[in-house]
Amino acid sequence: MTDLKVGYYPGCSLQGSSRDFAESLHAVAKALSIELVEIPEWNCCGASSGHMLDHLLSVALPVNVLLKARKAGLPQVMAPCASCYNRLATASHEIATSPATKAQVESVLQTSIDKLPRVLNVIELLAQVSDRIAPKVTKKFEQTVACYYGCLLVRPAKVTGFDRTEDPVEMDKLVAAVGGKTIDWSFKTECCGASFSISRSSVVGRLGAKIMQDAVKRQAEAVVVACPMCHSNLDLRRGEINQQLEHKTDIPVLFITQVIGLALGLPKKQLGLGRHFVPVKFPAKPLAPPTVP
Amino acid sequence: MSSHHESSSAHPSLAARLEKEGEVSVADCYQCGKCTAGCPAAEEMDVAPSQVLRLLQTETPTHEDRALKSLSIWMCIGCETCVTRCPQEVDLPRAMDFLRQEALARNVANQDASDVVVFHKAFLNSVERAGRLFELGMVGEYKLRTGHFFKDLGIAPTMFFKGKLGLFPHGGANKREVANIFARARAVKKESKV
Amino acid sequence: MSRIGVFICHCGENIAGTVDVAAVTQAALDMTGVVHAVDYKYMCSDPGQTMLKDAIVEKKLDGVVVAACSPRMHEPTFRRTAEEGGINPYQCEMANIREHCSWVHEKGTPTTAKAIDLVRFQVEKVKRNHPLVPIRVPVTKKALVLGGGIAGIQAALDIANTGSPVLLVEKSPSIGGHMSQLSETFPTLDCSQCILTPRMVEVARHPNITLYTYSELEKLDGFIGNFKATIRRKARKIDEKLCNGCGVCQQKCPVKKIPDEFNEGLSNRPAIFVPFPQAVPNKPVIDLANCTYFKNGKCKACEKLCPTKAIRLDQEDQIEVHDIGAVVLATGFKTMPVSNFSEYGYGKYKDVIDGMKFERLASASGPTGGAMKRPSDGKTPQHVVFIACAGSRDRLKGVPYCSKICCMYTAKHAMLYQHKVHGGQATVFYMDVRAAGKNYDEFVRRAVEEDGVKYVRGRVSRVYEDDGQLVVKGVDTLLGAEPVEIRADMVVLATAVQAQNDAEELAQRLHVSYDPYKFFAEAHPKLRPVETNTAGIFLAGTCQAPRDIPETVAQASGAAVKVAGLFSQPELTREPIIAVVDRQPPPVFSHCVGCFLCKSACPYQAIEEESIKNRNGDVLKVVAKVNPGLCQGCGTCVSTCRTKAIDLQGFSNEQVFAELMCI
Repeated sequence: MTDLKVGYYPGCSLQGSSRDFAESLHAVAKALSIELVEIPEWNCCGASSGHMLDHLLSVALPVNVLLKARKAGLPQVMAPCASCYNRLATASHEIATSPATKAQVESVLQTSIDKLPRVLNVIELLAQVSDRIAPKVTKKFEQTVACYYGCLLVRPAKVTGFDRTEDPVEMDKLVAAVGGKTIDWSFKTECCGASFSISRSSVVGRLGAKIMQDAVKRQAEAVVVACPMCHSNLDLRRGEINQQLEHKTDIPVLFITQVIGLALGLPKKQLGLGRHFVPVKFPAKPLAPPTVP
Repeated sequence: MSSHHESSSAHPSLAARLEKEGEVSVADCYQCGKCTAGCPAAEEMDVAPSQVLRLLQTETPTHEDRALKSLSIWMCIGCETCVTRCPQEVDLPRAMDFLRQEALARNVANQDASDVVVFHKAFLNSVERAGRLFELGMVGEYKLRTGHFFKDLGIAPTMFFKGKLGLFPHGGANKREVANIFARARAVKKESKV
Repeated sequence: MSRIGVFICHCGENIAGTVDVAAVTQAALDMTGVVHAVDYKYMCSDPGQTMLKDAIVEKKLDGVVVAACSPRMHEPTFRRTAEEGGINPYQCEMANIREHCSWVHEKGTPTTAKAIDLVRFQVEKVKRNHPLVPIRVPVTKKALVLGGGIAGIQAALDIANTGSPVLLVEKSPSIGGHMSQLSETFPTLDCSQCILTPRMVEVARHPNITLYTYSELEKLDGFIGNFKATIRRKARKIDEKLCNGCGVCQQKCPVKKIPDEFNEGLSNRPAIFVPFPQAVPNKPVIDLANCTYFKNGKCKACEKLCPTKAIRLDQEDQIEVHDIGAVVLATGFKTMPVSNFSEYGYGKYKDVIDGMKFERLASASGPTGGAMKRPSDGKTPQHVVFIACAGSRDRLKGVPYCSKICCMYTAKHAMLYQHKVHGGQATVFYMDVRAAGKNYDEFVRRAVEEDGVKYVRGRVSRVYEDDGQLVVKGVDTLLGAEPVEIRADMVVLATAVQAQNDAEELAQRLHVSYDPYKFFAEAHPKLRPVETNTAGIFLAGTCQAPRDIPETVAQASGAAVKVAGLFSQPELTREPIIAVVDRQPPPVFSHCVGCFLCKSACPYQAIEEESIKNRNGDVLKVVAKVNPGLCQGCGTCVSTCRTKAIDLQGFSNEQVFAELMCI
């Protein structure tokens, strides 16, 4: 099988609090013969704080990353963090559609900007190689899960051009490809609270509670995510969530790369499953009695 | 009592500037409220998202002031749900970014949102220093400046033992290059305001 | 030697206020060929026209230039006057010194100089004018009405009642259209079918109307007064003369689970079916895509069991060609499908329905007998949310316009619901209430004030299903944009009115203009609402734009009058400003070399091929020929002709170049 080479932008969270995402991503990439070429000397994309406080900076930082990727000869860049993905794609979009912004960013970076590399999210990358997955499945992932996409993978459509903005399906397809069953539920793209995790964790509790409640009601045994922020808010902040739920829940939250990794028979340690706050075990005991027939 | 439409070329209104700098046309909004109806943070806000736009539409200083001083603009999560469903495709998230930046520039950010402002500033300060976010450093600055010393203290050990708490900043970025980007961004903005 | 008279109009102050009319008059007198020049305050007035006529006679003028407003205003006026004065009307031209001069420039010498130039151009042109005779085209006094909804029905009846024969062609097996699906109509809450079916029967019985249902227009050739319509009469697989409408075939057909289109999928129908009990004609049709016999050769139950042996399984489609004088397009509309609404479930929730489905639920002849039963489980919904402007006034969904009828039918639906479910609550999420017709606003107020319908101003962001109910997340903008969440049992979307799926294809086939939303284009948005830019094709009903029944009926009658007007004359008179291919003596015959660049350039398909033959019938040369009935005189062909063989009468190459040489 030929190596699929793709530019890799880890982003700050994969180095720190979402180490498990990085571990499982690397393990799965290796198993599927994907070579992740890390962009040399990449800088932070600015995430939400960037665009909230300084628009010009928030475009310049991601463009700087993309220029580095271009210089390294990488036509495509995959950013596993949904927020990084969104910032890279948005910055690229603004350069392409706003001559005024482009001129300002060129002034900041003191270089001219030509065509920028294409930006992918982790699901797009895995979908590209989905035919490699099925033959390598050694242990089907036979659980019923809720695929949670969050906000920034699919919105705004003009920037991401990926999947449906309401009721997306691409992650569900990947889970199905490894033998899993996905539920049809109504909170696939409802916001988890994002960066309020630190400054307003009660909001994360409130929003996360709605998400978990719907998943549990429809008898999901786990929630599967593709974003480190979503994972953190539904896993690390489970305490705040359970405070706002009548019936507490301990169903685990897995990264899509961990789900695929399990199906490919990769060892749990390699997939970082031990690093979760909510233990990963199946079937989880739903403490809430199921209410949906 | 306010009289509407007091904008002029000498003192452009926020709406006019937002159109020029952010390419957002608040006149497109016909106040249907769909953004408010779907906003996950609406109940944290003092002024509903659709009303923030209304406050800009009248182009009067008193209304603009209310928008800039609102808690709403800091409670916006940036989830992009509003613009995705807006029938007139008004880029409300961009308008919110603009208002946040303007509120800070005029030093009128709502006091009740100071922790949120501090968080964002701490984040960017960390990036400016090291080129990449140093989570512990960012949280440290946040706690120092907000005084929320004891929050999340309980999960810190767990995070550490699970390998999620890096004690030292990660190397790898070209620190000087990143610091330069921050400085150049400030300079270019200053030039454009002249 | 020319004897041209120039008449300069002041048009009150419109021209005289900016142009020095005395100077123009003097300059005109100095032009070669001009023997008379005067100025006058209002040339178009009675005395002005009399002055023109008298001057023609007294001064023996053979050409007239009226320097005044745009020819679009008064060319017909002055040409008629010139004719009354005794010269050919096409020897009269207008110099536009108003719209092209006094209205667009400041007062001053250059402006007056320009006016003089404009007059000079026309003088040079008129010197080279030839007398022209209007073209007379015969008219076939038979109309084709395409579409059998209320618009087509009304137009057909009105034309038929003037004494002309009408061919009414309808695509589906019965006439009636969307109006036959409605339960009650606003603002009177009349039973829709009760007011419609008498008209339908009248159409069927009218001696002047030939009704072809289950038929389509394949091709339309020709031009106004002289169309040739090719109609495909699709095979019903029934001998209509033998069928007595007993219905045994429908009862006995083994294929019973086809979603019923008339009932919007709320019930099923068999493969051999009559669309609804009051269908006109009340003859069944076999759905070939779902019939067992046509899919795999088995069954034939209907054929065996029909008491009058009326089934004809080998019946073929029939193609007929009809001579037609005028066409009325009445092909109707569709509504935006619920599956288009990503934020309301992409159509996967059974209890999120559109207005048409609600009509079938509410209808006494519908699948629930008019009882309010929701589609998923048949339970009576206790709380129904109606969402107005679903898809309309929505740039994101590609429909920026207002669909006009939804505010009214939403109020109607809410009222019907409240009447049928006494303990229930209807909530309407609206943006504005548009109720501009007669008794319309009172109707909506009745819903609010008497029937207890709650109106909340705001759009709904999302609808999703939870525990057998639908969670509706809306907002109340009149309460400071306060979010409102309702748990409803059923949600009715007032979806946008759109053009039919095949509207664009039909318009292109008929060479009728249409707008970006595929609604057929009227000739002028204010003053010519029932005509198209294609002569002889008229418009009626929602195929032109969203509208309600009273307006549709009025417009259909308007279209009918235009047709009747066309048919009232023995011939059609057309302006002779048309292109003509030249003729020369043998052996040249014509400067046309038969390249037919003109034919591909002509936007009106007005150029044909003509074979020039000798006495033995051998073809000597194939040249272009202009159809005087279709040519609109645009001149495109003249500009493409390599040999200058084709020229425009009234705007000949010679005339235009003479004008240009004056500059």
